[in-house]
Amino acid sequence: MTNRINQKLQENGKLLSIYFTAGYPSLNDTVHIIQDLEKCGVDMIEIGLPFSDPLADGPTIQKSSTAALGNGMTTERLFEQLAGIRETVSIPLIVMGYFNPMLQYGVDAFCKKCHEIGIDGLIMPDLPLNVYRSEYEEIFKKYGLINVFLITPQTSEERIRIIDEASDGFIYMVSSASVTGSKEGFGNTQTEYFERIATMNLKNPQIVGFGIKDADTFEAATKNAKGAIIGSAFIKHLTTNGISQIEAFVKSIRN
Amino acid sequence: MSYHADDKGYYGEFGGAFIPEMLYPNVEELRSKYLEIMYEDSFQKDFHQLLKDYVGRPSPLYFAKRLSEKHGCKIYLKREDLNHTGAHKVNNTIGQILMAKKLGKTRIIAETGAGQHGVATATVCALMGMQCIVYMGEIDIARQAPNVARMKMLGAEVRPALSGSRTLKDATNEAIRDWINNPLDTHYIIGSAIGPHPYPDMVTRFQSVISEEIKWQLQEKEGRELPDYVVACIGGGSNAAGSYYHFLDEEEVGIIAVEAAGKGIASGESAATSALGKIGIIHGCKTLLMQTDDGQITEPYSISAGLDYPGVGPMHSHLHQSGRAEFYSATDDEAMTAGLELSQLEGIIPAIETGHAFAIFQHKKFKADDIVVISLSGRGDKDLNTYIDYFKLA
Ligand SMILES: Cc1ncc(COP(=O)(O)O)c(C=O)c1O
Repeated sequence: MTNRINQKLQENGKLLSIYFTAGYPSLNDTVHIIQDLEKCGVDMIEIGLPFSDPLADGPTIQKSSTAALGNGMTTERLFEQLAGIRETVSIPLIVMGYFNPMLQYGVDAFCKKCHEIGIDGLIMPDLPLNVYRSEYEEIFKKYGLINVFLITPQTSEERIRIIDEASDGFIYMVSSASVTGSKEGFGNTQTEYFERIATMNLKNPQIVGFGIKDADTFEAATKNAKGAIIGSAFIKHLTTNGISQIEAFVKSIRN
Repeated sequence: MSYHADDKGYYGEFGGAFIPEMLYPNVEELRSKYLEIMYEDSFQKDFHQLLKDYVGRPSPLYFAKRLSEKHGCKIYLKREDLNHTGAHKVNNTIGQILMAKKLGKTRIIAETGAGQHGVATATVCALMGMQCIVYMGEIDIARQAPNVARMKMLGAEVRPALSGSRTLKDATNEAIRDWINNPLDTHYIIGSAIGPHPYPDMVTRFQSVISEEIKWQLQEKEGRELPDYVVACIGGGSNAAGSYYHFLDEEEVGIIAVEAAGKGIASGESAATSALGKIGIIHGCKTLLMQTDDGQITEPYSISAGLDYPGVGPMHSHLHQSGRAEFYSATDDEAMTAGLELSQLEGIIPAIETGHAFAIFQHKKFKADDIVVISLSGRGDKDLNTYIDYFKLA
């Protein structure tokens, strides 16, 4: 069976992907949020496994992670919550987290669990490319998991090519030099970067993340790229409105 | 067995660079250039000149007669407390500010626990006319007020880390986030032998001047280069790494590390990483680290802000695992008692971090002819408030 991520990437149109922190606002909101997002037409979901020290994240995701851990979220609990998810949800699901919890769970055991649940890919920002290739690639492949790598405006062309070669789904294009949630809109630098990457004719489509928060930024990001990921803005929406108005948020991004 | 970093930054199974892609260009630039830059003649000349004229090196190796009598062995103190700014930290910041200049960086960030590294960084930034931002946990800002004032006076901006335990670990997170947000003009001066490769090795090499001096100083005083033991306290492990460096391959030299046990290893309030930690990833480095079964990093505790770190440098994880070093831990009370003893026997008030190293005598008995060198990593001025509260001195 082809991975759901690859299938989704074949479809026409721009993809909207949403990140949320599992266990936030309440411990058992995970399944509800996923089901609702799919119902509202979201194309792909990143399920954040909370970590105590999320280095690449700004204050919004930090706070949601701390709250989720405080609510009692653990790796095992997330896997339990997701156990039946494929009975109701068919869009691609990606687990995004930091490497240490995965390492403690056991990389093989973690990937095996993801496979059993029907997770399609992983994003582990602090699992670097060279370590992945030399130590873990076989395990990911054995369980049919796509590993998603990041690039940033500072990533050299040479390294982008290496990352493209190593990827078999999409490339996560970090919109600007920043942690999550910290930039105001997109300026010329971002536009130039988006265009530069577009002209590289990479084998993997790109999905832009970091700093997408409304219809304008979504549109700007997806002018060249295949899709965009929204994280902090969605978490903020959950913080303010709870989990009952997810549709309003999604509609505000894309109708 | 090698006790030094290999070319990928591994000490045995510990080390490496587990960094998000956002940091890759900066860390890779440093990795590919640090050794070449460091060993250029002009760099070495500037580095050693500043260590001599500005820091006041070599720091004395002092025979502590009364302490020796008390503990029945020959004790030498490596007086890093006499360095400009009052601790070993400045050896590293002098090296790294020169490195930053060579790399063309204009903005410096740092994390600090006790404030010693922050002060040492603010100092070299003033010296070189560079912008300086120091991240410090909110809790540490309160307990190390004199150092906060010093940093401000030196022209640095002190930014509170408000997340997590609001101590050293969180200050380090904030500094790393700053570096992600400012990838072009900024150099991150890490203050200990921690972080992604090449930091542990680079910091260790800058600090290795400590053991380089001990060797010739001991030769002058004792007619031999090698002590029987070298003792140091370990937070992230930079004073220890520098004190051990030139003795690591001399197996007859005993290497002793003292960590902070806080209120006791089993108390749940401790920072004794080698006893309580498991292998994991913290701040870009695979090393022993205090964490839950689920891989969440736990909040350490020590009375000394500079040892209040849930991990330990990868060199030390390897020294621990390979059995090359003996690891001990000292409680708050043991460290405070040892600090008082040093004050009253030798007239030297140590930093509380350093007090932990001196607590070794409460744990280990040495032979009469053993030569024991202790890294006196810093002076106690910054800790006066804590001493006053603890010993009811006011
Ligand atoms: C005087 C002194 N000693 C020791 C330490 C611990 O750091 P390290 O283990 O890197 O030497 C500190 C840290 O702030 C310090 O100020």
